[in-house]
Formats: sequence, structure tokens, C-alpha cells
Amino acid sequence: MKPAAFDYARPADWPAALALLAGGARPMAGGQSLGPMLNLRLAQPERVADLRHLPGYAGVEVQGEAIRIGAGTTHAAIEDGAVPGRLGAILAGVARRIAYRPVRNRGTIGGSLAHADPAADWVAVLPAFPGHAVALGPYGERRIPLARFVTGVFETALAPGELLRAIELPVLPETARWSHWKFCRKPGEFSKATACLLALPDAPPRLVLAALDTAPLVIEDATGLDPAALVTSISDPWRRRLALTALRRVLEGAA
Amino acid sequence: MTEQGVGASLRRKEDARFLHGRGRYVGDIAPRGLLEVAFLRSPVAHARLTGIGKPEGAEERVFAAADLPEIGPIRANSALPGFRASDQPALATGKLRHVGEPIAACLAASRAEAEDLAAACRLDYEPLPAVADMLTARAPGTPLIHEHWPDNAFLETRRDEDLSDLDAVAAAKVVRRLRTARQSMAPLEGRGVLAEWDPRLEQLILTSSTQMPHVTKTGLAECLGLDEGQVRVIAPDVGGGFGYKGILLPEELVCAALAIRLGRPVRWLEDRLESLTAHANCREHHYIVTAWADAGGRLLGAEVDATVDAGAYSCYPFSACLEAAQIGSIFPGPYTLPRFRYRTVSACTNKPPILPYRGVARTGVCYAMETTLDALARKLGLSAEAVRLANLVPPEAMPYRNLVGKVFDSGDYPEAVRRAVAAVDVPRIRARQAAGECVGFGLSVFCEQGAHGTSVYHGWGIPFVPGYEQAQARFTPDGVLELRTGVHSHGQGLETTLAQVAHEVLGVDPARVRLVHGDTALTPYSTGTWGSRAMVMAGGAVAEACRLLGERAIAIGAALLQAEPGTATLRNGAVQAGEASISLDQIARTWFRHPQNLPRDVDKGGLEVTAGYRPDPDTGTHSYACHAVTVRIETETGLVTIEDYVVVEDGGRLVNPMIVDGQVLGGTAQGIGTALYEEMPFDAEGQPLAGTLADYLLPGATEVPSIRIDHMETPSPWTRFGQKGIGESGAIGPPAAIINAINDALAPLGAEVTDLPATPARLLAAIEAAR
Ligand SMILES: Cc1cc2nc3c(=O)[nH]c(=O)nc-3n(C[C@H](O)[C@H](O)[C@H](O)COP(=O)(O)OP(=O)(O)OC[C@H]3O[C@@H](n4cnc5c(N)ncnc54)[C@H](O)[C@@H]3O)c2cc1C
Repeated sequence: MKPAAFDYARPADWPAALALLAGGARPMAGGQSLGPMLNLRLAQPERVADLRHLPGYAGVEVQGEAIRIGAGTTHAAIEDGAVPGRLGAILAGVARRIAYRPVRNRGTIGGSLAHADPAADWVAVLPAFPGHAVALGPYGERRIPLARFVTGVFETALAPGELLRAIELPVLPETARWSHWKFCRKPGEFSKATACLLALPDAPPRLVLAALDTAPLVIEDATGLDPAALVTSISDPWRRRLALTALRRVLEGAA
Repeated sequence: MTEQGVGASLRRKEDARFLHGRGRYVGDIAPRGLLEVAFLRSPVAHARLTGIGKPEGAEERVFAAADLPEIGPIRANSALPGFRASDQPALATGKLRHVGEPIAACLAASRAEAEDLAAACRLDYEPLPAVADMLTARAPGTPLIHEHWPDNAFLETRRDEDLSDLDAVAAAKVVRRLRTARQSMAPLEGRGVLAEWDPRLEQLILTSSTQMPHVTKTGLAECLGLDEGQVRVIAPDVGGGFGYKGILLPEELVCAALAIRLGRPVRWLEDRLESLTAHANCREHHYIVTAWADAGGRLLGAEVDATVDAGAYSCYPFSACLEAAQIGSIFPGPYTLPRFRYRTVSACTNKPPILPYRGVARTGVCYAMETTLDALARKLGLSAEAVRLANLVPPEAMPYRNLVGKVFDSGDYPEAVRRAVAAVDVPRIRARQAAGECVGFGLSVFCEQGAHGTSVYHGWGIPFVPGYEQAQARFTPDGVLELRTGVHSHGQGLETTLAQVAHEVLGVDPARVRLVHGDTALTPYSTGTWGSRAMVMAGGAVAEACRLLGERAIAIGAALLQAEPGTATLRNGAVQAGEASISLDQIARTWFRHPQNLPRDVDKGGLEVTAGYRPDPDTGTHSYACHAVTVRIETETGLVTIEDYVVVEDGGRLVNPMIVDGQVLGGTAQGIGTALYEEMPFDAEGQPLAGTLADYLLPGATEVPSIRIDHMETPSPWTRFGQKGIGESGAIGPPAAIINAINDALAPLGAEVTDLPATPARLLAAIEAAR
């Protein structure tokens, strides 16, 4: 369980990072998913570009009505309140239940989203928000709605050569209702069913069902939703039952 | 009891180094010129191996079986009639018999480069159908794993007794089919081996993460054709044993042969992937139990048909049949079972060879017996407690010999049950159930045989038979007491408890006692640390060595004090005669540095004694316990939460109650893993499916509840201080008690769980099936 040989690069600025990517380098953020993949030799890149020292990669900025979270912001920083307001409280609650603190100290929100493990917490939760993933490519930045960022199992809307730069989320009113439920038997075990629901004043409730063997299911308007109808395609009876429970719990929780 | 002697909860002497990260494990030892080994392992469960292609230019750094003909096969026979021995080649020859079986050793300056080599090897093989299910392993037409055998079984044992009349007379009869999962013991530190050849001594020095360095030495010498003087085995700090390290490893033989061949140090460190997939090697049992009882819950008889998945080979030294064949003798457990019939099968499959894991067969047996008793209780409308009390060996019957000849030394088994039940508010649980809550209460009772010796093991006829345990006690010139034992301490706290024993006998401050262990060059021969034997056996031997050493010190002290021999005594670390006294330090100094002052008739053996010890009878101590568990079940998801966990335990005289608590807690945590989490699934092709700890779930700090422990202390009449073996106990009781609690909670739904671990998916399936 030792990685195959690779070159290690630490780009000092964004153009250098993009140039490395154009040359085939694999970006690395916290290394909490990539590290095990390298060790198990599931990933054998020739070169790894360590993003952690890029200017502005980590950190949170409030820009008017939007909150911009640098992709390199760690789960731990979010847990500790790096994101302000109601949004921050919601995200801190999610972050707190990712793995263990040592993993959270290194793992990043951007790395998790870019990794696109269908059972991962940010993958499950972020599509509930009317926000964007900010991608950076040779042409500059582009915005991808969070509900469409993860496109499949370990697949995202990022084009080759693009980096995930940040996540932009709206400032939430204190009255925003949020409910989130995931099933795992112990911390650090990947979720077997996750659902979350965000209800903003004057907007239909948005719901996400995740930890499926597909990209998360995003329901833009969960009003009058029949949970049973949503889970019929899950073949394993226990997983179907869990997904159903997840849906019921978040619908009750947000009521 | 003194503040530091037998019975004191003395802080562990070894903890300073462990807690400060100063332990020294095989992985910390890297001599100059070290070559790291990565093993090319079988990717398939069953195949004919037809060729190995070494990477071009690296032919000299890849070693397959044909390159190391000096290694003989590992052979762990048993004298039980009908046992079929398997030759386990250190590196596969001809056939591949389980995923992860070593095929070739690849050497490089770093492990990563060694893995590069392994990845570049070409492997030619013709796949054979895999034998992945122990229950069909013997079916006609199944491919043979060892082709000269008539079928895929190491051994079948039976006890025939006609029970056909019981159907007519019993008030209740239950039949249960039960299954426990294959597990990986998953010690924190995996295995590790460092082999060096010392040209000066013409000696192989093998540093290995092992529980039994002396047995490993014997096995290495046998398989490598060396004499035992040419082999020295060192076990440094070992990060968890549990039986996982009670084995002669193919990897040890290969590293040893390579070090001898190359004259360079060679090291292999097992990684988690190897540990989980190549070495998932324990606990997989299947039972069909039939039990008959009268209206009062008294057992009239039981029949057991047990199969154990013993994997592909017979491991050295415990053999492939130790688990299954033992089921016959331990199934009656702590009960006065009057009639009994059994058949056990050690099935041979294309899985890693089985090793005895903490509790050995008892965890499965206790699970089978105790869930069956609860099924009887439910059928008869009796409480679980009432059925236990109707059958437990009563204290007045001790020592008690049961129908299969097991002898229980001492104890009040019913009292343990009464105390455990009294510690729980059972009426409240019943009230919650009546209110519709899915909660349940469960018990398990069992006894644990420990330190069983020659009289028990000679009959097994496996590669070793434990005899007299020896210990050495000696003073250094400045009066420090050195103890040398062949047992190794890897979590048991022997550096502390054996110092307490020495203090009890000699009065030496435990801070001035050093335990030397884990080196065959420095310690007396021993079968090692296994079978909950160290505190009874090495404790007894240390006590005896210290007693003899004390006599010699008294003789010298009396002479120095000019007292009549016979009037001097040893007290508080000094020899006293009347008002006068002389410390053991001064006596030591006299022997070593001022011999001119010694009496003329001094014992010329000096202040160094080797003594042997074996309890009489040596059939083993029996500690026992009752576990009482309360669970809550979320019926929507199948999630089980342990609300309360009580252990009432009798380990005889406790040498260090704090350390015993630690043993019980650690074992119970492992038992919770067996009950609820741990499972290495194999597919029909014999592929292990859980390659990381994200798939193979171990209970962690958040899953293990705080456990309430109550001790009874009934001394064993047969041991030096009345102590009993207790190291494995915690891991035996949890599956039975937890599943009984689950089934108590599920009873209103008519559902019952029979297969371990009781995962949420299995629970929901059971609930669904009862609908
Ligand atoms: C023991 C353990 C338990 C865990 N438990 C959980 C859990 O309960 N819930 C959970 O959600 N996660 C869990 N994780 C995963 C953890 O959250 C990781 O931190 C996360 O999945 C990846 O983030 P990272 O920053 O470590 O990314 P990396 O591991 O560095 O990268 C992950 C992937 O994303 C790519 N990548 C990284 N950054 C970028 C970028 N800016 N642009 C484009 N691609 C990029 C990498 O190339 C790689 O393919 C666990 C991990 C471990 C080791």
C-alpha cells in the first residue's frame, strides 16, 4: 500500500497550477481521498499538483448577498465557524459529522466536491443551496449551478484542465429552515443514505437525496412529495428503506 | 495486601513509554543496508500456478518457491484420529489456495519500490472453481483443495449418544441454525518481520511481532533445517496479539531464508490491505443446535452440529482443528448438561487459514448455547435468568467434572447471574417494552478455561505441548531484581503484574524490578502468551523463583547479621533477625562485590534462580462471567444502540484489578465488534470484499458504551495466589448477550436474528421476514 512513484509540484500561483494541470498533473487538496487512492494504487498520476499554497485557495469572503468559500477551506474551518450567519451554522453542523477531526483538519470542501463520491457529505448537501461552483480554467472563471455540478459517481461538470476554485452560496435569512439526516453506524463510515431540505421564505422547499449509486437526486420543489415514489429504483431493500427513512425524517424535520 | 503487591491496582510501569510514543516495534527498527519486502500474493482463491514471470532486469530481486528450496513446508499436525495434515508452502508451489497466499518475495530499498516489482511480475495460472462455502465444501464433485484428500475437511469429530427419547418427554424443544462471520483480528500493529544473519554468532536473528518467540524459533529451525542454537527470535513491543500473532508465518520463513542467503537485513511489514484480505482468519462458525428442556427450563439434552471454516491450511502451532474439535468439549459451558451429542467439522476452504482469536471457539459456542437457552426460555415462558439458574453448576458442586470431562475449579456461577440482573432495572425495561419501545435485555453466561497445560494439550498432539513454565529471578550487583520470562507481554501489563508478584514474595519495590521478555536468547523456553495463561503460569513461576531467591538471600543475610540460621526472615525487602536487618541491596552487593564476606556454606548458585511451575492439577483455571446488556433498536433503520452493558466477572484472585478491568474492557469491545460490526464477506469466487477499514467496520470509541464491571473473587484452589486466567473473557460474552437483547426487543414483532454480525440490514430483513 505504497503509491507508485510520482512527481510532486507545489504551484505558487494560479496560472502555474493551470499550466501543471494542462500538463496532466493531478490536483491535490487535503489528500484525504487522493492519498488513499494513491496508496492503493487506484490512482497513478505522473505528477501531483499540491494546491494548498495557492493564494486565496482557503478562506471565506462575504461579497454582498453571496458568500464565497475558497475550495481549499477545510472541513474543520467550517466546523469552527469560518462561514458567518445562518448559512455558517448549517454548514458547521454538516462539517462536524464528516469523519474524525484529523481528517477534517486536512480535508477540504472543494476536494470533497471535486471527488464526487456519491456518499460524501458536501456532495449530498451543497446541491440543496441555490449557489454555484466556481471553476477556473485557462479562459478564466465560470459558474456551474451546484445542483448540476456532480454529474455521476465520481464525475463532475469540471472540464479537463479546470480547477474548482470556490463555492458561492447565498447569505441565508435567519428564518431559513434546514433539515439534514444521514445514516451511518460510526463516524467516518460513509453514509448509506442522506437527505436534506432547505426551505427559504417565499421559495419552494429544495430537497436532495444522496448516497445513492448515482449523482444526488435534486428536487427543486419538494411540496407534496411522495417519498415512496422517489425510492422505487433502489434495488437493495435495506438501502431503499433507509432512503425512505431519510426522506421522511427531513420532511418531518423541516415541518 | 500491600500497596504494591498482589491485589493492588498499581499503575502500569510500561505505560510511560507507550503513552509517550516511545514503544519500539518492528517497524521502528531499520538496520543499515535494509531491504524491504513486498509479497506478490495470489489474486485468486483457487488455481493451478503454472508460471511466474519476473520483471526484466530484476530477476535477482524476486524470489519464488523454486528459488528458496531451503525452506521446508509448514506442517501443523494433530494427533486427533482422522486429522489430515496439510503442507503449507511458505511460497506457493503448484497450487494457489487462497487470495493473498504469498507467491514471491520482491526486494528493494523501499517498500514502494518493492511493490513496483510485485506489480510488474507476470503470473500464469489456470483458475479452478473456488470452495468458498464451508457448508458445501464436502459435497461430492467439489474440487479438492488438497488433491490427495478424499474431501475438503481437516477433521470430523463426534460424540454419539441416543437422544431420540427426549422429544417425548421434553416440555420444550428448540432448533436453531446460527452463524458467525469471518473476521480479521485487526490488531493496531500488523505483523512485521525483520531477519538478520549474524556472521559472528552464525545465528539468524529474527525480530518479529509475535506472541510466542520460542515456538517461532522452534518452527523456524525445523522448516529451515537449522539447529535451534542458530536461531534467536526477538519480539520487541508488539501492538496487539489476540492470537493473530500466535503463529509461525510463511513470511518469517521467507525473510529468514533471504537474510541468510543475501547476508543483508530483510524486513516485511504487513499493511492493512494484507491484514484485512490475506489474513481474515477467524471466527467463522455454523451451528445447528437442538435442545430439550423440562417445564422448569432444566436442560434434558442437547445436540450440536458444528462446522468451522478452517481455511486452506493448518497453521503452526495450533492446527486447523483447534476451534472445531474444541466445540465438543466446551459446548456444555458452565452448565450441568446431562446428555449431549455432537458432530464437528473443520472444513477446508479457499480462505486464509484459521487462527484462534481471543476466546478461541468459545465466542461462537457461547453464542450458540446462550441464544438457544433464550429461545427455550421464550418458548417456556420463563425468564432468561430462571433458565440459567436452573442449569448452572452450583457452587457446592465445585470442583465439578462435567459430562465431557472438563473440570471446573471454583466459583459461584449462579451468583454472577443474580448480581448482573440485580445491577439492571429490568422492570423498567419491561415497562418500556409494554409502552411500545423497541428495547431489549439479554444475558450471557460462560466460563473461560485458562492456563490449561500438559494434561489437556498432549491429547491434541499439535506441534507443542505446554509443560512447566519457567522464570528466572536474579539480582544485579546494585540490588535491582531482574525477572526473565518466556511469555511476552503485549498489552497484558506483565511488566507491572509480575513485578507485583515479585514484590509480594520478596518485598522489592516494583520500581526496582525489571522484566526481561521477548528474546529467546535471554529468557527461558516457553510456549508463550496465549490461552489466558501468562498470569497463572509465569506468575506462579516468578513467585517460585523469587521464593528460592529469597531463601538464598536470607541465608546470606543471616550470616552477615550473625544470626542463627532459621531465625532470620525476609520482610519489606530486607532480611531481619531480631532488631537487626540488612537490605537485599546490601546482600546483593556482598555476593557480587564483597564475596570475602560471604559465609563459607553459601549456596554457590548465588543470587540467580531459575524455577519451574505448573499448577496441580493442570487442567486449567475457569474464570466465568455474566454479561447483561440493554439495547434499543430503531426499527426504521435497523440501528442497534447499546444502552447499558454490565459485566460480572470472577477471575479468582486479581493480581491487579485495574489491569483486569482493562482486559475485560478491551475484550468486550472486540466482542461488540463480533456482535454488531465486523465481517469479512467473501464472494462465490473466494474474493474478500472488505479491503479497507471503511468497509471492514471496527467498533471505535463512539460505539463502545461505558461498561460497568463488578468483580467476584473466588480463588482458584490450584494456583499460586488463587489467580485465574482472564485475558480472553471479555471477547466471549458480548455476541450472545447482545443478540439475546436484540431478540428480546424483537420478540413482540416475532422476529429473531441468527447470523452475526447483527447489522442493520440483517435486522431489517429479520423484521421483514416476520411480517
Ligand atoms: C478516514 C476517513 C473518513 C472519511 N469520512 C468521510 C465522511 O464521513 N464524509 C465525507 O464526506 N467524507 C469523508 N472522508 C473524505 C474526506 O472528506 C476528504 O477530505 C474529501 O473527500 C476529499 O477532500 P480533500 O481535500 O482531502 O481532497 P483530495 O483527497 O486532495 O482530492 C480528492 C479528489 O479531488 C480532486 N481535487 C481536489 N481539489 C480539487 C480542485 N480544487 N479542483 C479539481 N479537483 C480537485 C483530486 O484530484 C482528487 O481526485 C473521509 C476520509 C477519510 C480518510
